[in-house]
This record gives sequence, structure tokens and C-alpha cells, in this order.
Amino acid sequence: MIEYLMSKYNYWIYVVLMMIGFYAMMGKRNLVKKLIGMNIFQTAIILYYISIGVKKGGTLPVVMEGATRAADYVNPLPHVLMLTAIVVSVSTTGVALAVLLMIYRRYKTLEEDEILKSMR
Amino acid sequence: MNTPQVQATILIILVPLMFSYAIPLLGWRWRGSAFFVALAAIGASMVCSFILLYTVLTQGTIHYHLGGWLPPWGIEYVIDPLNGFVGVVVCVISFLVTLSSKESVQKELPDKKVRFYTIYLLLFTGLMGIVVTGDVFNLYVFLEIASLTAYALIAIGEDGAPLASFNYIIMGTIGACFYLLGVGYLYIVTGSLNMADLAKLLPPLYHSNVVLIALAFFLIGTAIKMGLFPLHVWLPDAYTYAPSAVSAFIAPVMAKVMAYILIRVMFTVFQPSYLIEMVPVASILSWVAAAAILVGSIMALAQKDLKRMLAYSSVSQIGYIVLGVGLGNKMGLLGAYLHILNHAFMKGCLFAVAMALMYRTGKRNIFQLGRIHRRMPFTMAALVIGALSMIGIPPTAGFFSKWYLILGSIDARNWVFVAVILISSLLNALYFFRVIENAYFEGVHGHSQKEAMDGIAKVREEVPLSMLIPIILLAAGILLLGLFNERIISGILVFALPPGF
Repeated sequence: MIEYLMSKYNYWIYVVLMMIGFYAMMGKRNLVKKLIGMNIFQTAIILYYISIGVKKGGTLPVVMEGATRAADYVNPLPHVLMLTAIVVSVSTTGVALAVLLMIYRRYKTLEEDEILKSMR
Repeated sequence: MNTPQVQATILIILVPLMFSYAIPLLGWRWRGSAFFVALAAIGASMVCSFILLYTVLTQGTIHYHLGGWLPPWGIEYVIDPLNGFVGVVVCVISFLVTLSSKESVQKELPDKKVRFYTIYLLLFTGLMGIVVTGDVFNLYVFLEIASLTAYALIAIGEDGAPLASFNYIIMGTIGACFYLLGVGYLYIVTGSLNMADLAKLLPPLYHSNVVLIALAFFLIGTAIKMGLFPLHVWLPDAYTYAPSAVSAFIAPVMAKVMAYILIRVMFTVFQPSYLIEMVPVASILSWVAAAAILVGSIMALAQKDLKRMLAYSSVSQIGYIVLGVGLGNKMGLLGAYLHILNHAFMKGCLFAVAMALMYRTGKRNIFQLGRIHRRMPFTMAALVIGALSMIGIPPTAGFFSKWYLILGSIDARNWVFVAVILISSLLNALYFFRVIENAYFEGVHGHSQKEAMDGIAKVREEVPLSMLIPIILLAAGILLLGLFNERIISGILVFALPPGF
């Protein structure tokens, strides 16, 4: 059992990170904590994609002496996809921070309960 | 195949993308130009979308390979009758709504006009990209472009908008991330990102749990994005607090494009046989949709704010589209396709009327409308046509999509869905007649009656022509679509059905 868990440890870390992020997004009442949870959630997915591209003993995806088969190279495509996902994640964080700034200027707090109270 | 018609595939997103960068450059010098540039770009896209739909119907599916890279490796844009049709719907509605937005934006966001139209056009680019692309990861990128710009546009609204936008950011990101995970799981088992390629590689793998989990992620992700019932919590706030011009743009168009993603994933990437026979996904979806229809209608009944009522009515109408998809038979799917078109026109018309009311009176409370028809007779006539269509009174478009959905439910031998559609139509009648009654007759509530009497204008005060003409066109569209629905079904929609239907 332990061996089974250890052999795919990166996928377990991805699941655990994702659940931490998900909990922070759903359970926390502070808006910044929600935003950080969202970041952890997105990072977990990036870790997952990086994991699926890696091969044991694989080398850089650049033509090299001695590595002639496709199995000798790691798969670069998931990594390239993640470049895009990182850009998306950064811009989402940027927009979210700007929105938080608007919320703070209007209500002078970032606690969801207090904001909802003052909106009523 | 490199005819000019094929180039329209890329121009349809390239033109609005480039023009959205031109807006701040021109707007820096001439602030008034922003609206015209945005309108011109969307108009150009609309022309492209008509060319594409015509080409698809006469010459068959269009494939466009970006940068000359062949499909499984490169990104491919594919236009078939389904997305040709959705593209035309999105373009026409966007054009009409943009046309009507000029005065409203001038009034609600006078110093943010240039930035507003820049982001607005980027949102349109994202939506068109989702429609034309044939690559699941490329779709994710366009999905995020559309979502990010929508968050920004909602946040500039009135009091309460930033919090609504933040909740939408959290929910929308979960949705997009689930979609991305779905792409990742499919990539593990197939090694491909191209939709047509995936459709070929997947059938031998249908017994695998990974494929099942990928499908679950796709469905939940798109369900959050379009606001299907248990996951709709972000939608009413976002539609209510957004600037009027934004809710008039997002409400009719964005949810339809998200529903298109659902249809594309279910019937192009996966096959109907998998969804209906191997796992009961389709029937789960249709039960959820039935719940959405009822809950959305009941919640709409409880609202006083016109925009909020329309938002809950959107929740219920998205239920209709998903119900048609979930029924998984020819009539149900035709009903869903037709409802994408009809609901886009109906919601576009109704939200544009809400925008006109906000522009003229600044009020959205339906109990304060008091005989507003004397001031704005044409706008209110459009509201009545839109409302009748939502209820489903025969000559209007709304009747026909409901008709096909009921036929689909009967074909599926499911009488509960027939009852749900009929009950929901009655609820629609209740909450829309409440609006019509308040707009045309004196208020029956003591307090609002006095206000209403004060508010009655002796002179006619219609909204400016730039707002009135698109509203009238949308209302006329509802009637024409109803009269010519047979043409649309037999000329376009039957070709858009997935193979085997």
C-alpha cells in the first residue's frame, strides 16, 4: 500500500493541494484567503500537468547524441500547455486583486460577513 | 482549400482582437471613437459569420489549419453547421446589443467609455474563439479570455458589483480549472488535444474510468460556467449589479456559448452512444435541468428587481437548453438548438428594455413602473413581445422551441418533463404578467400607486433612436423567428445534429 502511494507521490500531492485550495475557496470567509486558495488550486493543476509529461530517465526534448527513441525524451507538450495556464492564472489573480481593491475602497474591509452586513 | 471564404474563419476573431487594441490608441485622442470602432469590428465579424454559415451549408465543413500545421499537432479551426449557426446567433445579438449600448454607456460610465469598449470587444473575441475552435486546449484559452473580461466588465457596475464579480471569479475559476483537468485526463489516455482526433481515439477507451472522470470534469466545469441550477449561485448577482449594457450583452450571449461547449464536448468529443447507453449522463443532466427550470421560475417569481428577475429566468431557460441536450433524441436536440437562438433574442430584447428603463427612469423595481407605457410606448411593446415569447404564446419564437422540447420529452416517454415544461410556462406567465400589469396599468399596491401617479408623464419620452431601433429589431426578430422557424429547422439545424440522429 505504502509502495503504491509512494510510486505516484506527485499525483497524491496534486490531489491534496487541490483539496486544500478548494477548501480555502469554499470555507474561508476572508476574501484574500479565498484568492490564495484559488491560487493553490490552479498551482495543483499545473503540478498535475507537469507530472504527466515526465518520464523516468527521460532527457530534455532537444535532439541529443545517444537518445534516438521518443521514449528517451520527456513529453514537452503538457509543459508548454502549462506556460499558457500560468499566464491565465497570473492574469486571473491580477483581475481578482484589482476587484479586491475596489471592494476594500468601498467597504473598508475584506471580511465577507462584514461586507454583506453593510450591504443590507 | 484556400478560398476567401475560408479566410473568414480566422478573420472572425482576428478583426475584433486587433480592433480591441486600436480602441485605446484611437480613444486616447478621440474619446467618442471607441463605440464606433467596437461596432465596426463586431459588424465585420457578423459579415464573416454569415459568409461562413453560407459556405458551410453549401460546401460542407470548413477546416482552417493555423500556421499550416496539420490537425493532430497544430491548432485547427473547424466550422460545421452547428458552430456556424451559433456564430451567427452570437454575432447578430452582439451587434444589436452593442448598437443599443451607446447612450446607456455614455450615461452610466461616462469617464470609462474607452476602457469599457476595449474590454467589451475582447470579451466578444473570446466568445467567438470558443465558437470557431476545434481544439480542446485552445478552447480553454478562449474560455479564460471571455471569463476574465466578463469579470472586469461586471466589476465596474453599481454598488455590490465588485463582490458579485469576486464570487464569479472564484466560481468561474473552479469551472475553468475543472475543464482544464478534463482536458488533462483525456490527454493522458489519448495523447491528443484535437476534437476530431479525440473522437476517433476515444471509442476503444470507453470502458476506462479515466475517460469517465474526464467527462465528469467537463460537465461540471461547463455547468458552473453557464449557471446550471445547483451551480448558478454567482449568476443572479452578476447579472443584476453589472452595468446595464453588460448584462444585456452577457446574459443572452455568454450562457449560450457555454451551452455550446457542453453540446460540443458531449456530441463531438464523446459520442451519443457513450452518454446515453454506457453511462446515464444524459438522463442525469435532464433531471438536473428539470430541477433548474422549476427552481429558476419559482425564484424569479419572488424578485422585485427587473434585472434580477430576468437573471433567475435565465437560470430556468438554461435548464430548457440542457433538458433538450439531455433528452438525447432528435426532437429534444432540435428544441435545444432552437432555444439557443430564441432565448438569445428574447433575453437580448428583455435586457435591452431593462437598459432603456434604467436609462430613462433609473428604476428597476417592477412595482414602480406605473403606466410607463405612456412615456415609452415602443419600448414597452418590445417588452410585451419578449415576455409573450418567454411564456410561449404561439406566433412568437418561444413557443416553437418549447414545442420541440415537449415533442422530445414525449419521444423519450418521460411525462414528468412534459409536466415540468407546462408548469414552468405557467410560472413564466405569472411573473411576466406581473411586469406587464405594472407597466400598463395603475399600481395595485397602495404605496407604489401614489409614486406611480406622480411618475406619469404627460408627454412621450422615448429612449434615443440608437437604443430604440435595436430593441425594435430584436422584438421583430422574435416574431420573425417564430414565423420562419420551420425554415431554420429544415435549412440549418437538421444538418447540425450529431451523426446517428
